[in-house]
Amino acid sequence: MAENKRIDPKTGTSTVGHEWDGIEELDTPMPRWWLWTFYATILFSIGYCIAYPAWPLIDRATAGALGWTSHGQLESELSAERARRADLVRALAGMPIEELPAHPDLLAAAEQGGRSAFKVHCAACHGAGAAGSRGYPNLNDDDWLWGGSLTAIEQTLRHGIRQPGDDATRQSLMPSFGRDGILKSEQIDDVVSFVRVVSRQERPSAASRRGAALFATNCAACHGPGGEGKRDLGAPRLSDGIWLYGGDRTSLTDTVTNAHAGMMPAWADKLDPVTIKMLAAYVHSLGGGEAAQPRLAPAPVRR
Amino acid sequence: MTAHTNVPSPPRLFEARRKIFPKAVSGPFRRFKWAVMGITLLIYYVTPWLRWDRGPYAPHQAVLVDLEHRRFYMFAIEIWPHEFYYVAGLLVMAAIGLFLVTSAVGRAWCGYACPQTVWTDLFQQVERLIEGDRNAQIRLARAPWSAGKIAKRVAKHVSWIAIGIATGGAWIFYFADAPTLARALFNGNAAPIAYATVAILTATTYILGGLMREQVCQFMCPWPRIQAAMMDERSLTVTYKFWRGEPRSHGTKRAQARVPVEPVRPVPSLARLADDPSLLAGPGDCIDCGACVAVCPTGIDIREGPQIGCITCGLCIDACDDMMVKIARPTKLIGYTTELDARAEQAGRPAQPPLRRLLRPRMIAYLAIWSLVGLTMLFALGARTRLDLSVLQNRNPLWVRLSDGDIRNTYQVKIRNMEARPREVEVSLAGIQGLLWDEHGSRATAGHSLRLRVEPDKVAKVQLFVAALADGPPRTDISFSVRALDREGGGDTDHSFFERPETPQ
Repeated sequence: MAENKRIDPKTGTSTVGHEWDGIEELDTPMPRWWLWTFYATILFSIGYCIAYPAWPLIDRATAGALGWTSHGQLESELSAERARRADLVRALAGMPIEELPAHPDLLAAAEQGGRSAFKVHCAACHGAGAAGSRGYPNLNDDDWLWGGSLTAIEQTLRHGIRQPGDDATRQSLMPSFGRDGILKSEQIDDVVSFVRVVSRQERPSAASRRGAALFATNCAACHGPGGEGKRDLGAPRLSDGIWLYGGDRTSLTDTVTNAHAGMMPAWADKLDPVTIKMLAAYVHSLGGGEAAQPRLAPAPVRR
Repeated sequence: MTAHTNVPSPPRLFEARRKIFPKAVSGPFRRFKWAVMGITLLIYYVTPWLRWDRGPYAPHQAVLVDLEHRRFYMFAIEIWPHEFYYVAGLLVMAAIGLFLVTSAVGRAWCGYACPQTVWTDLFQQVERLIEGDRNAQIRLARAPWSAGKIAKRVAKHVSWIAIGIATGGAWIFYFADAPTLARALFNGNAAPIAYATVAILTATTYILGGLMREQVCQFMCPWPRIQAAMMDERSLTVTYKFWRGEPRSHGTKRAQARVPVEPVRPVPSLARLADDPSLLAGPGDCIDCGACVAVCPTGIDIREGPQIGCITCGLCIDACDDMMVKIARPTKLIGYTTELDARAEQAGRPAQPPLRRLLRPRMIAYLAIWSLVGLTMLFALGARTRLDLSVLQNRNPLWVRLSDGDIRNTYQVKIRNMEARPREVEVSLAGIQGLLWDEHGSRATAGHSLRLRVEPDKVAKVQLFVAALADGPPRTDISFSVRALDREGGGDTDHSFFERPETPQ
């Protein structure tokens, strides 16, 4: 084919030697600048191979003269971020959580940090919006099993609920009245009727009046005579509109028969104290947070 | 394979640049250009140093583009990022204004006010001061390298770079407090981005003004192309009056040329002239001295007619008038003329009066659009609210049931205080029987409105809670209003929803 090459008289350029139906192609040379750019990219690639990790080996790649790694870059960016937040973290670490509301800037920063940490550590059970679901409390509302002040939330976060092996964990157990034979099936029906009257879902009836007597002997010790609940024991308030396991007849019957003992992990050994404080501040900010209560134990010595 | 030996070297892909050595010139247009250069450079260098008292909460620089805090200050006007349409409006006005100027006086922007023209002019003047005028420059360019040539070249480029640094250095003062930044800049502790910006602008000034010059106008700038579409037969252009100048005379013919001729002589056309030069009785006024070409900063020959390289700076007019006076011929052989006037002059008719030329429908339309945009912006600027509210309902969860059975919704509320002073405002709720409180309050302290203090020139972000009875439609239209409690007043309203569960329990 190459023998058919000829000089095109108009342009003075050689053709490539092909011909299709009288159409030929000019063998116009590359522009010089294009070639130089191309050579420059080759030089660049050689320099890159020397400077950066480039050639894959069996279990790693060549190291590169600059010693750059993506892990190293991540670490340096993370440490820069840690340095940026160092002041905030130090301030939070040295401050008892009940003093946070007096420092609006710190509180706002803690809430922001808590919002991020919540999505990572808490959203799996409580939901991304902290709305919870059956068996997992809604943290937006104003009903708290174990207390809704900053200190109470922090305590719950640190030691969890019914966390085995943690001495300071929130601990309580409701008897399984039906399964263990403490109450008979029709007695449970009566108690459920009473509870539904207390929570204003039913009108008083003969069943509820029978249930009132049973409630007083079996339930009032923890849930209070009027079903107002007791936070020291994590006993839910039965006279309100919020139900962790459902307030309808079937759910209540199941709860009284088998009891529930939900569990939340203790986070003290998984997260650092500052993150836990941030989480507490965030949960407290969701709308149901209660005012701080005076701490009974003396405040820890500040460093 | 032998074909290769026959392949000649490929043709050049572009025409090499002919270096231009514009000659110094004096005259009214040159003086006007000096004046424009002085004024534009003065505006450029002085503006960032003007002060403007805005009280204790805003910067005191009259013109400041505060990228860090996302504010744009221009004397009494402060623009927030969401008001960027004012900048868009200014750009529209600049474009329409350029159309207006172009159809009125041709490429006046290119010839006098464009930064490329101003800086190129400055660079050329520096070049003349160091290397001498046109002829000396040409000699120097041809001369072999010597100590003197090297010294001149080094002096020239160092001066150019110094101008570049001064240009880039002034630019950054528009983006930060000028006195503070100037001190930091000289002490070496300004932000790296400041030095980088100076470096980039130094490079572009040096390259565009010193090295590329007219190539920017001819090959890079889109304006000459747009301009070609903007010009009509009533636009002023620099015109060589060939009917007066042709045929050109040289040397011996000059004596003949001194014979007084009618300044206005009807001539059929340049094309016919070229075919039959005898159409003219005697030689024209042009003595082909080349002065107009020698002074041209873009290196064109205006006698070839209107062309894209002509930035209508008028320097050839000065040069030609100078020569016409010397040979005792009427001036303005090259002058600002419209095509219509040129035709009239050839036919011996009087030129159109300038006012009639300016008051043509196109000019009035441009002026109307330009004024409309300007007045609309002025009106919007005068009527704009300096306090504004935006409400976003929390969607996860949509609603929360409270212990007493009521329903609570949560809202992220932003209150923008665009005044440079703190303001007490009241946020109130309408459209639902509900209570309103924020993070610092509680349901016990909730009411129908809430008082807040918004810091000057800041956006207050607050989380508001609204509680209402559970009985009601799943979705209720509600609105939040903000009202300033100070003497000036003003306020804003935004709409949102209150949502309830579909089933009451």
